[in-house]
This record gives sequence, structure tokens and C-alpha cells, in this order.
Amino acid sequence: MPWNLTSDRPIYAQLIEKLQLDIITGHYKPGEKLPSVRDLASEASVNPNTMQKALSELERSGLVYAQRTSGRFITDDQELIKNTRNELARMQIRDFIRTMRQFDLDDDEILHLIQEIMKEEIE
Amino acid sequence: MNELVTCRNLTKRYGSKFALNNVSLSIESGKIVGLLGPNGSGKTTLIKILNQLITPTSGEVLIGGSPLTVETKAKISYLPDRMCLGNWMHVADAIDFFADFYTDFDRSRAQDMLDKLHIRPSDTIRAMSKGTKEKLQLILVMSRRASLYCLDEPIAGVDPAARDYILSTILNNYDPDATILISTHLISDVENILDEVIFIREGSVLLQSSVDDLRIQNGKSVDHVFREVFKC
Repeated sequence: MPWNLTSDRPIYAQLIEKLQLDIITGHYKPGEKLPSVRDLASEASVNPNTMQKALSELERSGLVYAQRTSGRFITDDQELIKNTRNELARMQIRDFIRTMRQFDLDDDEILHLIQEIMKEEIE
Repeated sequence: MNELVTCRNLTKRYGSKFALNNVSLSIESGKIVGLLGPNGSGKTTLIKILNQLITPTSGEVLIGGSPLTVETKAKISYLPDRMCLGNWMHVADAIDFFADFYTDFDRSRAQDMLDKLHIRPSDTIRAMSKGTKEKLQLILVMSRRASLYCLDEPIAGVDPAARDYILSTILNNYDPDATILISTHLISDVENILDEVIFIREGSVLLQSSVDDLRIQNGKSVDHVFREVFKC
């Protein structure tokens, strides 16, 4: 998957989001070994220091853990992965609702539209 | 982090014109730093002083705490803003030249990179395109195991694909303990690989900041901030 970084926000924050997405969508499986900092940095065309910072942040959140000599791995904790996914979904939905309210739609209208479009998407 | 480059009250004057005016700054090791400013702002002057090609009018420069000497020179790998190799040279000559000059030159690393680009030892520099010359020179410079790399306009005048190649070569050869100082005015191309930026105008440092802090404070890209600061 391409990294698609924009320049108007800190790179490390975007790297964290991208890696979280790769974990919750199963691009990286639970327990899987991550590529080295250098390889990830080269893939994303970013500074290894920035990638290091993003990975340290993911370690702090528990999604990734470091094994002293053998590198970094994705957590085996399915619950944590699920929680992260739900948190990201909540963020997206909050943004979406905010935009819809800017369009001056009331909550019933928003819900109605969502249901309508979901039905269309199934067909 | 330890301080790798220290400049104190550095001034370079040509007649009545100040190329650098009382510049004080410090650069830590383990960083990729962008030296950004418009044409004629003093970027090349600063880099030439670090490489002892010109001497400051006044002020002090320390590399790893020591004043500039032959020893500090050996720790700095320098990419000039123009071709420094003779037109008559073959690639093999250029490699020998670097290997003779610099004990920290890694010949096999250079050879590997040149092979990947299909640049042959028998190729002459005269027959190369501007982009290929830039790549050759960068490969030689990045094949040294230096503490400080001073890259003066490494991506100026080459096409976008060659720029990508040059930036990835810089990243792939970057040793986390070393510092890379990149001077350029092509900011949007380099800003994603920088830790820090130094803005320089008319010989004075306007700002030195981490790239992420700059983005958080302004909610804009470094390129945008630069355009605002240097608006004509």
C-alpha cells in the first residue's frame, strides 16, 4: 500500500496512522515481524529517525512490541487490535457527523441517508 | 545527542558585502538537516567554510568540539554544487581518486550502486548527462563513512525521477550516527526526509526548528512556511 504522506502535518503522526491501518486491516498479522526501521523508512521515503519515532509511539500504545535482538513484532492481543479499530472508526464517524451537520442536516436525516446508501451499496 | 557542528558569531565579508553575518548555530549528530534559503542567502558560503575551502572573516567553527583542521576535514564528506571531477576521467578513475583520497571510502558500496544504475567503470564523465553526473558524484560522496555530509544543492537541475533516486540514495546510505546537511531551495522535494530546518536569509539565520514543530505551529508544510517567510 502506498504511504501517501502530506506535508502539512507532522510525518510521524501520519506514519503512526498508516501503520495502525495496516495492523487493523490485517496487512500485518498479529504476531508478525515488522520490517526493519531502515526498510520501512526507505519504503515510505522518510527519515529513519521519523520512522523510529512513530514505531516508539506504537510500542507505547502496545500495538507493537520490541524483542531485544530480533526486531519489532505486531501484538498478539486481538482485543487491543479490535479496540484500536473501534477507536479509529469512532474518529472517522465523528468527523463525518461534523461535516454532515455543517451541511445543515439534522440527525434523523443523517441516519436516514446512511441507511439508504447502505442499502444501495449492498445491491 | 551531542553537538557536531557549532558556529559562533561566524562572519564572512567580501568587501562591504556580508555573505554571512554573525551566524551562531549548532547542529547535533544523527540528524538530517535542511539548510534552506533563497539564492545568495549564504548557504554555499556556510558549507564552504565547514569544508575549509574559504576562511571566515571572523567567528569560530567547531566540528565535534575541535576547531577546523585536516582531521575535521577527514570526517566531512562534501558534495559541491558543481561537478568536481575532471571531464576526462572515466568512472574507474573517479573511484580510484576517492579511494586514494579518503580512507573511509567504501569502494564496494559505490560499485554496487553504480552497477544498479548501469554506470560502467569505462564510461567517461564527458559523455554523461547532467543527471548521471549528479548521481555519480552523490554515490561517491555517500560511499564515505563520514560523520558529517554536506550536500550542496544535490537535487538542483535534475528531473523528478532522478530526484527520487538521489533522495533514496541519501536515505539508504544514511548512518544514524551521522548528520546530513542538505542545502536547497527545492523544499517540497526534501521536506519529508528532514528532521530539522535552518532558514537563512542575507547571511543571517532566521529560524532553526524541528520540521514537525514547524508543521504543528503553523499547520502548514515547510514549503508553505518558506514561501511566506521569503515572500518577495
